[in-house]
Amino acid sequence: MRVVHTKEIIRNIRDMCIEANYTLSEDMVEALKAGVLVEASPLGKQILKQLKENLVIAERDEIPICQDTGLAVVFAEVGQDVMIEGGSLTEAINEGVRQGYVDGFLRKSVVEDPIERKNTKDNTPAVIHYEIVPGEEIALTVAPKGAGSENMSRIFMLKPADGIEGVKSAILETVREAGPNACPPMVVGVGIGGNFEKCAEMAKFALTRELYEESPIPYVRDLESEMLEKINQLGIGPAGLGGTVTALAVNIETYPTHIACLPVAVNLCCHVNRHVRRVL
Amino acid sequence: MNQTLTMPLTKEAAAGLTAGDYVTISGVIYTARDAAHKRMIETLEAGGELPIPMEGTVLYYMGPSPARNGRPIGSAGPTTASRMDRYAPKLMELGLAGMIAKGKRNQEVQDAIVKNGAVYFAAVGGAGALLSQRIKKAEVVAYEDLGAEAIRKLLVEDFPVIVVIDSKGNNLYETAVKEYQSQ
Repeated sequence: MRVVHTKEIIRNIRDMCIEANYTLSEDMVEALKAGVLVEASPLGKQILKQLKENLVIAERDEIPICQDTGLAVVFAEVGQDVMIEGGSLTEAINEGVRQGYVDGFLRKSVVEDPIERKNTKDNTPAVIHYEIVPGEEIALTVAPKGAGSENMSRIFMLKPADGIEGVKSAILETVREAGPNACPPMVVGVGIGGNFEKCAEMAKFALTRELYEESPIPYVRDLESEMLEKINQLGIGPAGLGGTVTALAVNIETYPTHIACLPVAVNLCCHVNRHVRRVL
Repeated sequence: MNQTLTMPLTKEAAAGLTAGDYVTISGVIYTARDAAHKRMIETLEAGGELPIPMEGTVLYYMGPSPARNGRPIGSAGPTTASRMDRYAPKLMELGLAGMIAKGKRNQEVQDAIVKNGAVYFAAVGGAGALLSQRIKKAEVVAYEDLGAEAIRKLLVEDFPVIVVIDSKGNNLYETAVKEYQSQ
């Protein structure tokens, strides 16, 4: 049994919220650089260069990459041999978010109630996905998610007979409809299988994967590369103003499902695909 | 074509813009997004007056992140325009000359742009750090209680935008995508 104090969790979540909003992971930076080289549209190329410059300014001036600093999504993989000391884990995560969004000059974008819409003024609460895992570590991933691309995300309850072609249509339809609204070039997270909520959670998790990390399942790997190619043939391009770099990656997760189900969730993320992972 | 525009935006200047033009804007513009639009329209419906001028005004659909000490504003990129679609035609009737945001507009807004000789510009979504450097002054002038959604008066210099929907009804989102479509 290992003891982890909530103070350590608060400090780490705070720092991760700030880090995620000022800097992107290396793979995202590399993907944008590669995009500049292959983009066919002159205006698209210019926009991708602006996005690269934007990343340099954000890091240098400690200013958020995007003003929509997101709803804080946290994946917490908690080892079953860990004992949390110092109070509630959920409270600690929310306290970390609170401190990070205030200290980091991040925008407070959360409203207390979806209808009454009063701002909570500290960007809490976070949306937290817990998983109990073997071992005595806690792995935390903070992924602040903006609303422009979130609002264009979809869930499809397909029929098993729709098969892989139905999945392909669902992915392409989602990206085509999103167009400029999702701030392309995007990262496309897909969850196939499970049930209604499981596929949505997988799609979100898929966005936190390394861009160049392929699925270990052969047909899924093929689907990822085929979808990336097809999406980039849609013509949407950077900022939706025409071009050949519409997506930087398609990441797909799968899970067993019911004999009558084929759920598919497509979670779009803009080019500011933020995620920071730490293991405590 | 590259163009430079000085605010306020006249009807003549708006008429000279074509979808696809790369434009830099200088002068005073105002921010407003969801909650501010809702309140402005409710004010009009109740017979009240708007807190900012509309004639020749360009509205920037944007809610910034907080400013660090010594800086006028935080990160300041555009938000998605379609959420303001239900309010925009009414404001164009009152003289609103242009909108800066990102993403598609519905048919009613496109029709109102043509009818009123207005223009819809896109700023690059997600480039909030870069765009903030072109904002020289920012001041909350109405609805302070709305926080990031309050109406701000901005003084901008060479603020980069692209004409998406012009006063003739051309729509760059539709034409440019067709050009690069290969399936």
